[in-house]
Amino acid sequence: MLLTALCLTFVVFYLTNLPPNLEKLAKTEASARMTDDEVERWIERNGYGRPVLLRYGEWLGALPGWTNTEDDGRLRGRCVDRAADKADAPRFCGLLQGDWGFSTVFKQPVSDIIATRLGLTGILMFWVMALMVPLALLIGVLAGMREGTRLDRSLSTFSIATTATPEYVSGVIFIVFLASNAGVQIFKGTATSAMDGITFQNFFLPVLTIALYGTGYIARMTRASMTEVMTAQYIRTARLKGVSFASIVLKHALRNALIAPFTVIMLQFPWLLNGVVIVETLFNYKGFGWTLVQAAGNNDIELLLASSVVAVFVVLVTQLISDIGYVFLNPRIRVA
Amino acid sequence: MEPLGWIEILGRLATQFLPVWIALVVTFVLSIRYKRKLGLYGKLFDSNVGMIGFALVMFWVFTAFFADMIATHDPLSQISGMKNKLPGTPVSGSPEGVYAYYLLGGDNLARDVFSRMVMGAREVLKIAPAATVFAFMAGITLGLPAGYFGGKFDLVLSFIANLVLAFPVILLFYLLVTPEIVETGIPIYLAAVLFLFPIIFLVILWNSRYFTQPPKRNLFVAVTLVVGLWLYAGLAFNADPLGIVAMQPNILIVFVSVVFVNSPTVFRIVRGLVLDIKTRDYVAAGQTRGEGPWYIMLWEILPNARGPLIVDFCLRIGYTTILLGTLGFFGLGVSPESPDWGSTIDQGRQLLSIAPHPALVPALALMSLVLGLNLLADGLREESLRD
Repeated sequence: MLLTALCLTFVVFYLTNLPPNLEKLAKTEASARMTDDEVERWIERNGYGRPVLLRYGEWLGALPGWTNTEDDGRLRGRCVDRAADKADAPRFCGLLQGDWGFSTVFKQPVSDIIATRLGLTGILMFWVMALMVPLALLIGVLAGMREGTRLDRSLSTFSIATTATPEYVSGVIFIVFLASNAGVQIFKGTATSAMDGITFQNFFLPVLTIALYGTGYIARMTRASMTEVMTAQYIRTARLKGVSFASIVLKHALRNALIAPFTVIMLQFPWLLNGVVIVETLFNYKGFGWTLVQAAGNNDIELLLASSVVAVFVVLVTQLISDIGYVFLNPRIRVA
Repeated sequence: MEPLGWIEILGRLATQFLPVWIALVVTFVLSIRYKRKLGLYGKLFDSNVGMIGFALVMFWVFTAFFADMIATHDPLSQISGMKNKLPGTPVSGSPEGVYAYYLLGGDNLARDVFSRMVMGAREVLKIAPAATVFAFMAGITLGLPAGYFGGKFDLVLSFIANLVLAFPVILLFYLLVTPEIVETGIPIYLAAVLFLFPIIFLVILWNSRYFTQPPKRNLFVAVTLVVGLWLYAGLAFNADPLGIVAMQPNILIVFVSVVFVNSPTVFRIVRGLVLDIKTRDYVAAGQTRGEGPWYIMLWEILPNARGPLIVDFCLRIGYTTILLGTLGFFGLGVSPESPDWGSTIDQGRQLLSIAPHPALVPALALMSLVLGLNLLADGLREESLRD
């Protein structure tokens, strides 16, 4: 897993540090009307001219940062520029030392930006989960309880419909019908004000938009495992004993039926990340996804790198948790 | 002229779609008539869900096919005075030879929303199925040997597949589709690799089947190589010697990144299926008969894995459509003029409170197409489980 993380971050590092990106960075940072020679000198002077692997090591904090002496005798270097006291700057400064770099767009240390933005997205994610998980499980259990009934058919169609509606479609539809002059104006079409104070009006639509897309998938998984459990021998035995239907579902079936959806819910996280980026752009909620789009759109290399590290980290950790959880919940499966 | 009412708009829309209705009716009558002779496709017409899904999908396929007859205006031409007009507004000045109404209104550049939606169907249906086919070719060509042979080959490929899958899709798009990356030519290299797979696949397919009959084998392989390499040169490098086949560079990038995102998932599915099927008796029988590994993979295992693969193919086209929409939504890759649904939604969303229809129309179109594909997949799954 560590190897995966290293490979992924290196790929992102390589792709964001290609020569054209650096040239653009030089032009935005120094002056837009530089000649090619000047651009090259700028890249060389700011330590971007050396081999990619070396710079990756520096960025990671595994190799010492570059230093060189300017023509006027000033000492410059990757770590020196950032240190308050130029004389005793640390030799290593990178991800491992907690130095995430400096954002060229927001003019702030990257770690600060990521921290605040992640906090905002965390709130969003929390509410999405709080809405999505119970809703999906309820739909799945109700549909799987009696297979083939009208209730099952309509709920299944509903869950197929939600998986067929990507966030940018459902978001637009919700805004048009629930938050504009054309429909009923109950909610607000943007969630910008939700960053200061969350109200039902400004926050429900983005949460609903993200939650719906995932709901259908989890509900279908729950339904599949519920129908499987309902045909099991012990359920038949319980029925023959005369246990009431409600009690069978709640006491006997539910517990076994919820093993599979758990892993699915954990694996939903990377998908939610996708949804978060779309919804935050659509509703103008300045969280992590919005930051990622800004960083990518404005060639903010260090911010983009940091965002990718966080994203990759989230994905890998949820994969790990789902693997562990699966083994933990289902004693029949033992990973050798 | 008076603006049209809603009933009149719907009536006129229905008339515009006339070729589609005729084609749909013909398809359904013929299919239901001969459904017993048509195998899995015929069985589809036994389930309501499958039929509804099939109808929705075919509706859009025929719309894309007859787009020139259906569209009322040119999707790029602007008519002054029609900016953000409501559905059913008569065209101002009503010049000769132009359809008299904007049936679904005008967008913020005074273009006809309806015509753009119809033309967008063509854009989407040109790319999405083709990209899915390429993803399947790559996934199958690599997944079969990975599952069958196992070992180091499998280990390395699975690691790479997991690597790509662990990337958040949007981040990958942002990294692959920016102009700076395009300058370095990485998409072209990717295209060069990914477009090779169909050729490799077909060559191995013919070779393993007919290597006992060299004349036939040579003919098939030669035809595949000539046609394949010709298309390959045209599509990947834009260097078709005859100058017929070409792909716009920005479409190529979108295409390649969508294929790249999809193929690891297909790889994993195929690999899982092969791992399951290769323990069956008929595979062991083939091995004892002395059949080569590639013959077993392509002519014994693959046909027996077709059920889940067909179902996944339908779902994946839908997913690819969503991905294309996502790309358009972030304004990546496709040109801003293009009428494809994702970028139209993106342009419309900025003015949702003033004029909702430019974004709503393509949004509903995309939703119905993907819904149709999902229902179709569901129907197919049910029917293929039945036998």
